[in-house]
Amino acid sequence: MADTTQKPDAISAYYQTRAAHHGVITSDWLAQAQAAVEQPDSSVSGLGPAKSFNVIDEFNGWRKQPDLAEAVAAIRAMAAVIRASEATTMMELEIELKKASDTLKSWDKTSISLTAGCDLFIRYVTRTSALEYEDFNSAKSRLLERAEKFGEISCKARKIIAMLSQDFIFDGCTILVHGLSRVVLEVLKTAAQNNKLFRVLCTEGRPDGTGVLLSNELSKLDIPVKLLLDSAVAYSMDEVDMVFVGADGVVESGGIINMMGTYQIALVAHSMNKPVYVAAESYKFARLYPLDQKDMAPALRPIEFGVKIPAKVEVERSARDYTPPQYLTLLFTDLGVLSPSVVSDELIQLYL
Amino acid sequence: MDPRRGPLAVPKVRRVGFFTSIEPSPETPRPNRSLSGPAEAITSSSPLSDSPSGQFISPVQIPPSRHHSDNLASRAAPVPVPGPSAFRRQLANDRALHVGSYNPVDSLLGTSPPSSNGEVSEDSGSLFGFQRSDSAKLSASFPNGGFDMTLRVRAPQESEAKVAIASTSDGRKKNVEASGEGESLAAKPRKEKETKSLKEKTSKAERRAIQEAQRAAKAAAKGEGSKRAGESSRPKPSKPAKQPQPKKEAPQVTSSVSEKRAVSVEKERRMDVPQTQMQYDDKSRVDKAKRRSVVEQTESKNKVELFLHLPQYERGNQLPNLSSNIFSLDTIHHAVYKVGLQHLAGDIAGDNARCIAMLHAFQEAINDYTTPPMKDLTMDLTAKINGYVSFLIECRPLSMSMGNAIRFLKNQIRKLPVDLSEPEAKASLCSEIGRFIDEKILLADKVIVQYAVTKIRDGEVLLTYGFSCVVEMILLYAHEIGRKFRVVIVDSRPNLEGQKLLRRLVTRGLDCTYTHINAVSYIMGEVTRVFLGASSIFSNGTLYSKVGTACVAMVANAFSVPVIVCCEAYKFHERVLLDSICSNELGDPDAIANVPLRNNKKHSKTMDNNKNLQFLNLMYDSTPAEYISMIVTDYGMIPPTSIPVIVREYRREDLLL
Repeated sequence: MADTTQKPDAISAYYQTRAAHHGVITSDWLAQAQAAVEQPDSSVSGLGPAKSFNVIDEFNGWRKQPDLAEAVAAIRAMAAVIRASEATTMMELEIELKKASDTLKSWDKTSISLTAGCDLFIRYVTRTSALEYEDFNSAKSRLLERAEKFGEISCKARKIIAMLSQDFIFDGCTILVHGLSRVVLEVLKTAAQNNKLFRVLCTEGRPDGTGVLLSNELSKLDIPVKLLLDSAVAYSMDEVDMVFVGADGVVESGGIINMMGTYQIALVAHSMNKPVYVAAESYKFARLYPLDQKDMAPALRPIEFGVKIPAKVEVERSARDYTPPQYLTLLFTDLGVLSPSVVSDELIQLYL
Repeated sequence: MDPRRGPLAVPKVRRVGFFTSIEPSPETPRPNRSLSGPAEAITSSSPLSDSPSGQFISPVQIPPSRHHSDNLASRAAPVPVPGPSAFRRQLANDRALHVGSYNPVDSLLGTSPPSSNGEVSEDSGSLFGFQRSDSAKLSASFPNGGFDMTLRVRAPQESEAKVAIASTSDGRKKNVEASGEGESLAAKPRKEKETKSLKEKTSKAERRAIQEAQRAAKAAAKGEGSKRAGESSRPKPSKPAKQPQPKKEAPQVTSSVSEKRAVSVEKERRMDVPQTQMQYDDKSRVDKAKRRSVVEQTESKNKVELFLHLPQYERGNQLPNLSSNIFSLDTIHHAVYKVGLQHLAGDIAGDNARCIAMLHAFQEAINDYTTPPMKDLTMDLTAKINGYVSFLIECRPLSMSMGNAIRFLKNQIRKLPVDLSEPEAKASLCSEIGRFIDEKILLADKVIVQYAVTKIRDGEVLLTYGFSCVVEMILLYAHEIGRKFRVVIVDSRPNLEGQKLLRRLVTRGLDCTYTHINAVSYIMGEVTRVFLGASSIFSNGTLYSKVGTACVAMVANAFSVPVIVCCEAYKFHERVLLDSICSNELGDPDAIANVPLRNNKKHSKTMDNNKNLQFLNLMYDSTPAEYISMIVTDYGMIPPTSIPVIVREYRREDLLL
């Protein structure tokens, strides 16, 4: 289910989750969502009956909250693993963590933030030299402390990003938004709360329909919204002051992987000298380095056209694309406002 | 250049070396130079008339300065030796691409083969003086010194020359003597005479003129002060007066004093930063360098204006002389001598090969080393290593990687605990060198191959330029694990290194296309990835590699083809390079002039006499960071902007004490 090699029509579970959050229901999706929910449980039960604690259950529990990012859910689940662990040595605990992380990662192989979040969690938690305690329990509690802290940071990341980006939104500006990123939504919410006057153009975001959802949210905040067709981006780019997108993952080159259409918009914005700002939490930094669009693991999704399509016609079903760093202006992260080349700096410091 | 320098002088032949006719060659070939008016100055009038003192330089072996060992001339080719490390020392036997001489056409001439066979291993020393090394040091001394410094510099230098002749125990003096022996005993007294005559004959006015020139050179070279300051960091000027050994460091000492901003840490650090290159257009530095050189080189007559700061010598005539000096030199260890001669002959090509050969030679030398009585192992060994390094520089300018390796070695020597006995110290050093080679080169290559292979998918068309051993390893490994791809090899004159790669790949069954660089824009349309090797990568992401690489990278960029550079982390450098002119290596101009299969033998000598025609054979060029998509190192795949991060995080111990 989680990766396309198992089923030709498999949908990335990540996008299923997002679809669930977005409330877009299609018949295909429903059926497959059902299968998705069942399968991880069955595979996970192989962890052993002795294990009363199931990381996937925990993960799913966290994940169902629409406000929680997937990686944060994973991080919380991993923290719960530590809490419930019956290991008596540090080595055992680390092995347990590794196993839990692998399970989570295999649940959805195409989700970059999930993989990155798990890896980062393990690095963050285990790299401290404070692990050299004679007393295992105190080491474990220390580990738990760090895990909780990491979870807290990740939760608060959105607030930090929203705060950092306030300086970039000035009165009277027009912001183009693509995709429904909760971080970007937070940014706009905070700006509205600070009584800034701006308006938002959002792309329709087919097939997710993110445009409609976003415009719903924004109109609740009394922000003037205008919906655009995806193809009308270049047409409207003149009146746009800046582009705001979220990211599914930030790669080592400084580029981002995001919903399909981001690359296009970035290209148009770049050619018209409009800044492109990316709002991404730091746990989305991944050690990938795509050289071109096809260099990533594919993540497919079903696309409804509303009418029947002849059998022989192929449909490009990839759900995401890669935007190279030269088209991005700045990254707003909880580590600060960064330029794309800093991503590699952070990754090297953390991973090596 | 500096207006005080006066009109440009003719680039004249400075035949400091083995020549039969005892014609006096000018001591100062370029008394006054500016870059303004080349044309009228190139009157090949008698070179003598311009030299202020009118004396000639006898073909005398001049002891190399210790600190030129720190030269960091970024010279190496990104054409390292392929395959297992054993090959790297056997390259002398690889005649496939007539690498036995500078000029591919002349590979069959008598010069290289005899010398590059076993004999050269015994040779030592008496090679051309790479004034570069010396003047590099000197140039370091000048930028910051005041007027007095020049005087001070001269004094210790002369005294050290005298001391050098006089005493017998010191390694450096041994150099003088040994090289003197190689020449003839007449050389020594001649040198003495020359030294004395230098002092006597230089009148006040001439001294002032020399000082003016030096000051001008200092002012001109101030911009590069930091890199040349590297050598000049020994703090105490009083030192040279005292002991013979530190005396060699005198010029740097004095210069370092004048370096106001030198902090002690910085000084130590700069002491270890190998010198990049001497400014060849400063005659005074060149002279001083020449006086110190072990190996004599004949300067080219006809040099391109823009590259006057790089040395260019006539090639192809030293090796027979060198082989005659097999028995003479005991200051240079035979292994180091062998490596030096291999460099000279062009038998070793490729960064990794050169570095490994040099390190193996150092290992042998350290093994055979015994501390002279009453000497400190650390200092003496460092001095000896410096001597070896300056000898190697005389043969061929150091590459960045070699410079980094030397810096590492010196750090290791410096960090030896004082209570270690000599055999233990030697064993520890040798094992450290072995570890460096294993970890930073051999293992790094394996890691790079693992990473890079993930970027090769089925159906790709990969382009590579020239011959890089890492790229070869990647291609062979990808083929082994069953990826289906084809390779385009782009090659260029005069070295035609790509043919070597082509031969190796074809014998292993890869699908190859071969073309010259003229067709790179034609072939780039069908290419999906470009893999390049590197000689060094600088902190601003600039790639320094064999000439032609920049062209390939830029064409790839124009076709939106990703450019992947494969480079071990030990080749990174914290310097910044902006263009290919400041720092480069000039190859043999004959190689350009002589096109094989064309009957132009009669032209080969006319080029020397034709003032309107200069041949420029650059060996390296620099590719800006924006044309590079990704760099694969042993630390992973990083963007070119992250080079300073790697240097900062992982080379901290190399940068500081």
